[in-house]
Amino acid sequence: MNTRLVIVFLVVILLSGCDIKPWVKPYQRSHLADPIMQFSRDPVSTAYINHVYEAREGARGAEGSQGGGCGCN
Amino acid sequence: MAVTRLKGSRRLQIGLLVTLTLLAPFLVAAVLPKDRLDALYHAYNGGGVEVDGPSILWRKQFGQYTSVNANYYIDAISSASIDAVTSASPYKEERREKSIGGDFLLNTAIMSLGYTVSEENDFDAKTASVSLSQDVFGDLTTVSMGYVRGWDQIGKNGDPQFSEKANRQRYRIGVSQILTRNMIAALNFETVSDEGFLNNPYRSVRYLDSGSASGYSYEPEVYPKTHTSNALSLRARYYLPYRASLLGEYRYFTDSWGVRANNIAFGYSHPHGQNWIFDVRYRYYTQDDADFYSDLFPNRQAQNFLARDKELSRFNNHTLGLSVSYEITPKDWFFIDRGSINLSYDHIFFRYKNFRDLSIGGVVDQEPLYAFDADVLQIYLSLWY
Repeated sequence: MNTRLVIVFLVVILLSGCDIKPWVKPYQRSHLADPIMQFSRDPVSTAYINHVYEAREGARGAEGSQGGGCGCN
Repeated sequence: MAVTRLKGSRRLQIGLLVTLTLLAPFLVAAVLPKDRLDALYHAYNGGGVEVDGPSILWRKQFGQYTSVNANYYIDAISSASIDAVTSASPYKEERREKSIGGDFLLNTAIMSLGYTVSEENDFDAKTASVSLSQDVFGDLTTVSMGYVRGWDQIGKNGDPQFSEKANRQRYRIGVSQILTRNMIAALNFETVSDEGFLNNPYRSVRYLDSGSASGYSYEPEVYPKTHTSNALSLRARYYLPYRASLLGEYRYFTDSWGVRANNIAFGYSHPHGQNWIFDVRYRYYTQDDADFYSDLFPNRQAQNFLARDKELSRFNNHTLGLSVSYEITPKDWFFIDRGSINLSYDHIFFRYKNFRDLSIGGVVDQEPLYAFDADVLQIYLSLWY
């Protein structure tokens, strides 16, 4: 049920953008292009810290990391 | 205590196809990631566990449409964790992880393929992944979706006859959205489905035993053969007027074992001059315990599934972290455009609510609750060329 609701929510959000013209023009995105605005500036560091958490917490997923193995006991 | 397996995977597969089909008419351009080399040293120390090692990432574009990457990662583990001390024995081992991948510009989308092999002396894991990323609606929105398949081979030191398997699948979908000229947000959803031998072959649960001098005895833990989880996260970054940025994150997690978790995080990034960037962050995580978790079962084989894994107990943790990055702008390194030297430190406070510290002793079921602090250090060099 949760999965279905999330999919419907995402599809509705995406389709709602069809009639909307870009409200932030490319020449207005200098702030967004600054490295300090990236969610993950360094992929190896992000992957590592996500692994640290996933090995020691019950929760997993939706953080963008991949990998295998455990190394966690 | 039965555990119900969710049937979310099939629905999510259908949903991904429907979403991709509906988006097809609105697709626009995409850009491959930049060429870079990262060399990282990581060290974790907490709860009697020390893990350190390198991680090397190399990424290179070939032609206009292909970018390949390779990653080599090592965890050198020395463990005298609370589990090892109380019901097993301390050990040392090494995990080596090798990954290769490629990003391919296909008209207006980027398709990414990856393959990872992870090897330990008692655990091998192979993982294959495919994902698709697409900018839409005038580049204001980026839609991504991915599928990961993993095959685990589990062994047990000291028991050459022990051989078990587990298969893992991950389904991901994400939307990154430019909201204003100063704000960007990302919504991610991921379903993970595991099947096979999912517990730790070394870990035990304890149960009351009046015949034992300590008042309790141990038996092997027993997990369900399936595990399905869903996680939904929302992140946002906001650009402040004086060139700095704020980060906010929230994630909700639920699974078929009865674990519910929430985490929230805040960050602040502050450049200084042309070369320095300082980051500070705080993260709070909390979870409920699994349906079949107990610190002390009333008797032997008290129920069909048994767990005393502290990662399945009720607990929370707080993380305080800071990072410093210094950008190098070389003038005479013939093929390097720029680089950065980075130092990152996180301190994590783990506090368990129904997992007791048996290494201290005391009256049965009245032992102090377990807690520990961990230090996480990263030092790395990044070069763009």
